[in-house]
Amino acid sequence: MREKETTLYIGPQHPGITGNMMVKLKVTGDTIISSSTHVGYLHRAFEKLIEQRNWLQSFTILCRFCVPEPDPMELTYARAVEELEGREVPERAKYIRVMVMELARLQSFMLWYAGQSGSAGLYTLGQWSVGDRNYVLDLFEMLTGGRVYHMYIWPGGVRRDLPEGFKEKTLKTMDYLEKRLDQYNQMLFDNTIFQKRAQGVGVIPKDKAIEWGVVGAPLRGCGIKSDVRIDEPYEVYDKLDFIVPTAEGGDIWARALVRKEEIRQSISIIRQVLDKMPEGEYYNRVPNPMKWTIPAGQVYTRTESVRGEIGFYVASDGSDKPRRVHVKGAAYTHGVTVLDKVLKGQNIADVSFILNSLGVCPPEIER
Amino acid sequence: MSFFDLKGLLQPLTGIRQFGKKPHTIKLPDLLLNTADRYRGLHHNDLEACIGCGNCSTICQNEAIDMINLENIEHKDGDSGLRPRVDNGRCCWCALCVDVCPTGSLNLTKDYIFTSEDANDFLWIPGVDNPEGNNNLSFTSDTNTSLSMYQRVPMRELDGKERVKSFAEVVLGYSEEEARREAQRCISCGLCTNVCPDHMHIPEYINAIAKGNDADALKIIYDNNPFPEMCGKVCTRRCEEVCAIEVRGEAVAIRWLKRYATETAPTAEKIKEIVNPVIKESNGFKVGIIGAGPAGLTASYYLALRGFDVTIYEAQAHAGGMTMYGIPKYRFPLDSIDKQVDYMKSIGVKIKYNTKVGKDISFEDLYKNNDAIFAGIGFQNAWTLGIENEDIPGSIPAVDYLNIINRGDSYDVGKKVVVIGGGNVAIDGARVSKRYGADVTILYRRRVEDMPADWEEIEGAEDEDIHIATQTIPTRIIKGDDGKVKAIEYLKANMVADDKGGRPRPVAIEGSETILECDTVIGAIGQEADYSWLPESFKDKIEVKRGMMIVVNEFNQTGDHKVFAGGDAVNKTADAISAIADGYAAVIGIENYLVKK
Repeated sequence: MREKETTLYIGPQHPGITGNMMVKLKVTGDTIISSSTHVGYLHRAFEKLIEQRNWLQSFTILCRFCVPEPDPMELTYARAVEELEGREVPERAKYIRVMVMELARLQSFMLWYAGQSGSAGLYTLGQWSVGDRNYVLDLFEMLTGGRVYHMYIWPGGVRRDLPEGFKEKTLKTMDYLEKRLDQYNQMLFDNTIFQKRAQGVGVIPKDKAIEWGVVGAPLRGCGIKSDVRIDEPYEVYDKLDFIVPTAEGGDIWARALVRKEEIRQSISIIRQVLDKMPEGEYYNRVPNPMKWTIPAGQVYTRTESVRGEIGFYVASDGSDKPRRVHVKGAAYTHGVTVLDKVLKGQNIADVSFILNSLGVCPPEIER
Repeated sequence: MSFFDLKGLLQPLTGIRQFGKKPHTIKLPDLLLNTADRYRGLHHNDLEACIGCGNCSTICQNEAIDMINLENIEHKDGDSGLRPRVDNGRCCWCALCVDVCPTGSLNLTKDYIFTSEDANDFLWIPGVDNPEGNNNLSFTSDTNTSLSMYQRVPMRELDGKERVKSFAEVVLGYSEEEARREAQRCISCGLCTNVCPDHMHIPEYINAIAKGNDADALKIIYDNNPFPEMCGKVCTRRCEEVCAIEVRGEAVAIRWLKRYATETAPTAEKIKEIVNPVIKESNGFKVGIIGAGPAGLTASYYLALRGFDVTIYEAQAHAGGMTMYGIPKYRFPLDSIDKQVDYMKSIGVKIKYNTKVGKDISFEDLYKNNDAIFAGIGFQNAWTLGIENEDIPGSIPAVDYLNIINRGDSYDVGKKVVVIGGGNVAIDGARVSKRYGADVTILYRRRVEDMPADWEEIEGAEDEDIHIATQTIPTRIIKGDDGKVKAIEYLKANMVADDKGGRPRPVAIEGSETILECDTVIGAIGQEADYSWLPESFKDKIEVKRGMMIVVNEFNQTGDHKVFAGGDAVNKTADAISAIADGYAAVIGIENYLVKK
């Protein structure tokens, strides 16, 4: 009997989808012939919302671009505004910012563990890592007052200084997580099921990766060493000692290997930052936010997030509100253009597996 | 790798090790404990400390905060009487409201659990609905973390030693950059507008300055104040006393910002060009104004704009009233007065100098020949000290003394001067005498903090090495052999709390008589109006309360509906901005009376 072509919709409500979006598949049997990504289920017009708010107010929307990793958005915006205005950031604030960024990466990696293993049917690890992620969120709560949305990094520095006992608590948490990572890896990387599901699946060809606009761990998983923290160091990344891991193959397995090492690098960076952090001011005060204007100009700043490079184009016309803010997120390329290409020929069960490995965050696509 | 990869199959089973471990899960009721010290939970507002400025509501990008009236909180000076209400269904707990609260009254607490089936239950008035939240504050702001700018941009002044050598203006004014920086501090709450007698559009013109639109600022100011340069230099600025920033820091320098705006128009022509006033066609009504002081000039300016034929009758040779003859030139230079008066003349205001109503021209004539009269007569006559030898040479009331100096004549104060009083006029008398090289002492009945004078004036006097002897009550002036003042005798006083809850009273200490040698005694304990111009026949209609204050309605209209009055003779505060407000109110009154009747 000849197999009939069928249309399938995965999402917008589906546990395997990393947010509110839908992937429309054309399949014959279990094999995907073509796919297309549909978004618009949570359209909030972030960019337009930012343009209607003054320069400071918008920093509370930025974190909503990506729930699993809100902090890089705050930092990228803050850096763009600082560059436009020519505002200096105190040294201590730079260290605190890097620490926040790496803590954000860390908790985001923990979610990735859960997503990646869960979408392969390995649920135990997900329970562990989401549980352990709460220890990182505890740190955020102590530092910023919020667990998921921190609204902590703003133009001029950070909002509050480190609370008493924060350094000790962080170091203790790092020790704990490092120990746990070995157990995680036994559960995931040594697992035949994961190996067989991940190897050779969702391949991004090395020669196409840059052409397709792939960034972050998926790009490094193609053997291409690219990381904004090294290529164009911001804050104090140039003063820190860390490596950017790469892996060959371009498949889910390679991406997983990259992330496996990056987590350890993040922990190492957090320790270095806490060690080297100077005393001093944490905030170069901005004027009264109601009357704060930024000189006319335009700027593009980029930051490395867990999903890859994100960039903010910010234009000012000299008024108290941004004229235009455009967000270039990793999720847009990964979730729309790249996804269509790598899904071809894969199985239906691989859709959420691949989505998780690419790090797709739908609000960032819709922005 | 073969399908039967034994290691890969067995390795995940190591997870079984976790079986014996304690779970992460924390069970109720322990779950409710231990949110971080900075946790951003539900709001709490200290209702007493809150002044209802509404900054929290303005910054909130979720429109989760609105300002509402509460039953037991009343509107008063420096308090709008409104309090924030938070919609917890909209709030995202970003705590920007906390960081912009100028008083620090609004904070977040550690509480975060609230459930209800009714959406309306999520509308909370912080502090009313959770009064106990005060014990649980977490995310708070102090003056270091707050986004309000508590430090004022300092005003540049001539050095104390330098300025006593001449009558050069002491205050040097803000530079453009300084003015922009200072203007940025304003949070546009409008509490100042409320207490300004003239209800000037303060947030609007400060906003214009902050944006770099100085011309707009001046135009906004001229909307209801034709004397901005004077107010920018010598206003008593009640606005700054209620500034929201003042609660935890230094008030926005509203007066200096107004001054800055006026300095951008250096000539009368330039003012006219910027303000670009619309002058209505003549409506045929004639209005006579008595006195070219702030009240009279204000009334005439806005009447002239509205098409009235206005003539001012001024007893002195120069316009400006007490601001011309009472305020020393180092505070308010002659050029500033001339510039503003010239501008008024250019739009059609006529001024007849050296014409004293009641002497050079009778009030009856004025009454007959005009459709309406406005009297802005001011306080010319000084109160007497009521002590022995007050009328001998060397003893002079401050208003007379300042008048002599300001009209360009000289007065020999000798080497030692004693000034009696604690108001601005006393400080003026003292600082002027200092400029004549005298050694000056101010005698004041109460303490420095009780002095009604502007704090900046008191500081200015101290910078100029003027000695302020507080808690002193003068008893007599001692006459020398030449018949002139030789010394003054005073008693020291203790401050005694007032039983009725008023401010503490000074009570003389018996036997504490002290004699202070001096050449001149300047009394500055108050002034009153001269009503000799008002004929007896009018006094049954135009009521003069206790021989001092003319009784008027809200439009400054007296019992004789054709006669309006304003300025010191009408309001107790006796300052220029109240006079301007009176003038403006009378314009509306006169227009209603003549045109719209």
